[in-house]
Amino acid sequence: MNTGTDRVKRGMAEMQKGGVIMDVVNAEQAKIAEEAGAVAVMALERVPSDIRKAGGVARMADPRIVEEVMNAVTIPVMAKARIGHIVEARVLEAMGVDYLDESEVLTPADEEYHLLKSDFTVPFVCGCRDIGEAARRIGEGASMLRTKGEPGTGNIVEAVRHMRKVNAQVRKLVHMSEDEVMTEARNHGAPFEVLMQIRKEGKLPVVNFAAGGIATPADAALMMELGADGVFVGSGIFKSENPAKFARAIVEATTHYQDYKLIAELSKELGEPMKGLEIAGIAAAERMQERGW
Amino acid sequence: MTRIGVLGLQGAVREHVRSIEENGAEAVLVKWPEQLADVDGLILPGGESTTMRRLIDRYGFLEPLRAFGESGRPMFGTCAGLILLAGEVVGYEEPHLGLMNITVERNSFGRQKESFEADLSIKGVADLYNAVFIRAPHIVAAGEGTDVLSEWDGRIVMARDRHYLGCSFHPELTDDHRITRFFIGMAEEAKASLANL
Repeated sequence: MNTGTDRVKRGMAEMQKGGVIMDVVNAEQAKIAEEAGAVAVMALERVPSDIRKAGGVARMADPRIVEEVMNAVTIPVMAKARIGHIVEARVLEAMGVDYLDESEVLTPADEEYHLLKSDFTVPFVCGCRDIGEAARRIGEGASMLRTKGEPGTGNIVEAVRHMRKVNAQVRKLVHMSEDEVMTEARNHGAPFEVLMQIRKEGKLPVVNFAAGGIATPADAALMMELGADGVFVGSGIFKSENPAKFARAIVEATTHYQDYKLIAELSKELGEPMKGLEIAGIAAAERMQERGW
Repeated sequence: MTRIGVLGLQGAVREHVRSIEENGAEAVLVKWPEQLADVDGLILPGGESTTMRRLIDRYGFLEPLRAFGESGRPMFGTCAGLILLAGEVVGYEEPHLGLMNITVERNSFGRQKESFEADLSIKGVADLYNAVFIRAPHIVAAGEGTDVLSEWDGRIVMARDRHYLGCSFHPELTDDHRITRFFIGMAEEAKASLANL
């Protein structure tokens, strides 16, 4: 018997496909998310839009919150550790969290090195904006990817950019002649072996979700249309007027992302969505997507 | 050609489709209840059972799925799908579909860090089979007439009750298509015998 194998870690993410992973900050929200049909919850101290407002250093959540959420639901529980923070990650792993997010939403603990995720038994999800980042994270042992988008903005534009870019670069790689791959690897700062594997399989070797700015059911469906395997919704749900209804609508729009009449029905009277932010209005230093490398 | 449906609400749907096609049968992605009329057998894939149940209720799948099973057409549940099929679920008052004469317990091997791969022997299918268990349920009790096909560490992890097949693990995550082949065989037999009625 073997635990923590690639198959077990990547397989866990495969089971989440077609689903919605929701950010929650307490047991009550976790139950609403589970009831609405979330495939997992991300236990946090603050959702990204509040992290943005609060400023200062954002860290791993208080373990008490994570524990409370783990006790409240039977679906998998994820939690975020700071980029490069080996101890936060080990603490969350020891607590029995099902999946860790080495996340740019939190303030990085290390500006040079990401975690060596293959060292852990618990699987990791990481953000990416292009095939270079995707391949580096896979090379370090990430078992799942997500777009970075621009978290806490309610603006889908960056998630769209990142999803399109990764998928276009995968398509290019797949049609590339084998003798061109090394140069491609150098250009993207990507591990050659990972690119060779993507080229051979015709797709990323791990599931890739959309995250960062999904604010409506139509946004979730758009990301599925663009090839996401599923979606993370952060600030959108519990910042809306009727979180239970909103959460259900996002889940259904993700399942039936090409059923436009259904999405029209789901989108009726959801109340005011979160107020979005223009990306251009966010100073470069405050863009979470610029964190990590 | 035998047509095998895969319930396509959430989870590892694509992998089952691939496995069905590798075995030369036709795969149908079932997203709406009406589609059940056109398939000879149905796979309930791995994923999150609570999520699938919400969507089953939302789209009026519950009775059509029960009727599908009661019509004698085979159903195969893997992991979350096994939980959906079971007659009883430990800790819950009501089962989901309640079709298969077994009792299952959810997440019975622990959380994700306890998820594992192990080599099994599966009666009538394979002497050596590498199985992937992810936050897996197990079959606590097999009812009368239910055939236990595999056990791991003293726990039942695969069983067959009439035309219902279920396992705790994920055959769809490996390139070993023997279990899918076995299920397609069940669907072919049922199709032939239902045609003779």
